[in-house]
Amino acid sequence: MGKYSKIILDPLVDKNPVTFHILGICSALAVTSKLETSIVMSLAVLFVLSLSNLSISIIRNFIPGSIRILIEMTIIASLVIIADQLIKAFAFELSKELSVYVGLIITNCIIMGRAEAYASKNPPLQSLFDGIGNALGYSCVLIVVGGIRELLGSGKILGVNILRPINEGGWYEPNGLFLLSPSAFILIGLLIWVVRTLKPEQSEEE
Amino acid sequence: METESRKKTILIALIVSLICSVLVSVAAVKLRPIQERNKELSKIENILELSGADYKDVDLFEVYKKNITPSLVELKTGRVLDETEYNEFLNVRDFDIKKNSEDENYGRDVSSLPGVPKIKRAPRYMPIYFVKKNGELKKIIFLIYGKALWSTMYGFIALGADLNTIEGLTFFEHGETPGLGGEVDNPRWKASWRGKKVFDDLGELKIEVIKGKVDLNSMSAKHKIDGLSGSTITTRGVSDIVRFWLGPEGYGEFIKKRKEAR
Repeated sequence: MGKYSKIILDPLVDKNPVTFHILGICSALAVTSKLETSIVMSLAVLFVLSLSNLSISIIRNFIPGSIRILIEMTIIASLVIIADQLIKAFAFELSKELSVYVGLIITNCIIMGRAEAYASKNPPLQSLFDGIGNALGYSCVLIVVGGIRELLGSGKILGVNILRPINEGGWYEPNGLFLLSPSAFILIGLLIWVVRTLKPEQSEEE
Repeated sequence: METESRKKTILIALIVSLICSVLVSVAAVKLRPIQERNKELSKIENILELSGADYKDVDLFEVYKKNITPSLVELKTGRVLDETEYNEFLNVRDFDIKKNSEDENYGRDVSSLPGVPKIKRAPRYMPIYFVKKNGELKKIIFLIYGKALWSTMYGFIALGADLNTIEGLTFFEHGETPGLGGEVDNPRWKASWRGKKVFDDLGELKIEVIKGKVDLNSMSAKHKIDGLSGSTITTRGVSDIVRFWLGPEGYGEFIKKRKEAR
């Protein structure tokens, strides 16, 4: 396996930022009540994380240690604002549903975490791939959780009826719990359990 | 060494902030027109949806111009404003609820009024939209808003030419829980408003969203709408919003005047 493909594939399952590092949980709870918002959120994080990793890595040798975090924060915040503006311009309906959560990407620990742990120590191209890989790992979790929540919570996938709900003349009684944040906790917990059962080496020592 | 590293630190900080601020400003300025257009389009689309005009696959602005006459109404007297009275505040195209509410002359304190949908201040003038077809008045669409569970909901309610029959209701901006309170966007629920009567024969405001299902055999069924299950507070909010705005403190005076004139 090539160096770059390993950098991209590792964070998908083996070192997934959500299930392995338990980072970025807050947004994973907030935006996953529908699959569509999960996908847009994933794309926004992909945009921010890959570009922040790339630009921080390019200037990593010039950043003075004393203001390192400030510089990283400035770059990340700028990218997030640009992503937010783009979504408002080109996906207006979705921007209404995502509301403040796009802006809150700034506080997503994955982004700061990768900037500190990887981009500030590695060359640009590797950092870019590390950003893409981690964003995809985050996306996997968001999409799985968002898909399950939308299906059980409203009987739909991407707004199309799969389990026809009662209030639209079907048989399925939607489970409202799945539309509220606690269900995402339960699902992410179950997901971590499954991943760690399949990959026992991920479990922490007792 | 010490001074040099301090200089370097400041220089790098300056360069990074400069580049970032340029990028952010360019994105904000370049994308603003598209975002403004989106907002206006979304509003027009909502008005057209209620107007019943066919707007699929055609130029929205054209259909809007042809079918809809927007106006401002003075709530206290029910008088429709003449365009010559328009100014920075009174402007139906860019009507800003917040700006008008806050202003001393164009807004007022409503927090102590009975049944107010959890808003503190409201405009004295509000936009309404006359829907005409071949010169004949078909519907009147009213802008309504108020707080429900999480958010301030902004929407339109359309009444027929009799100013009693509801022709439709839609919210173009709200932040209620998707799937629960957010079901106010559900087309089936919105359709259940159609044909309901706002006032009874004596002119009393009777329209109301109730908890659970409406008993279709009851006398008052034509004034009542099913609540959404799992979103009691949102639907109570919707009920309050509709009742407040169609009541005496909202468009009530305008509605009364128009009924008398007929």
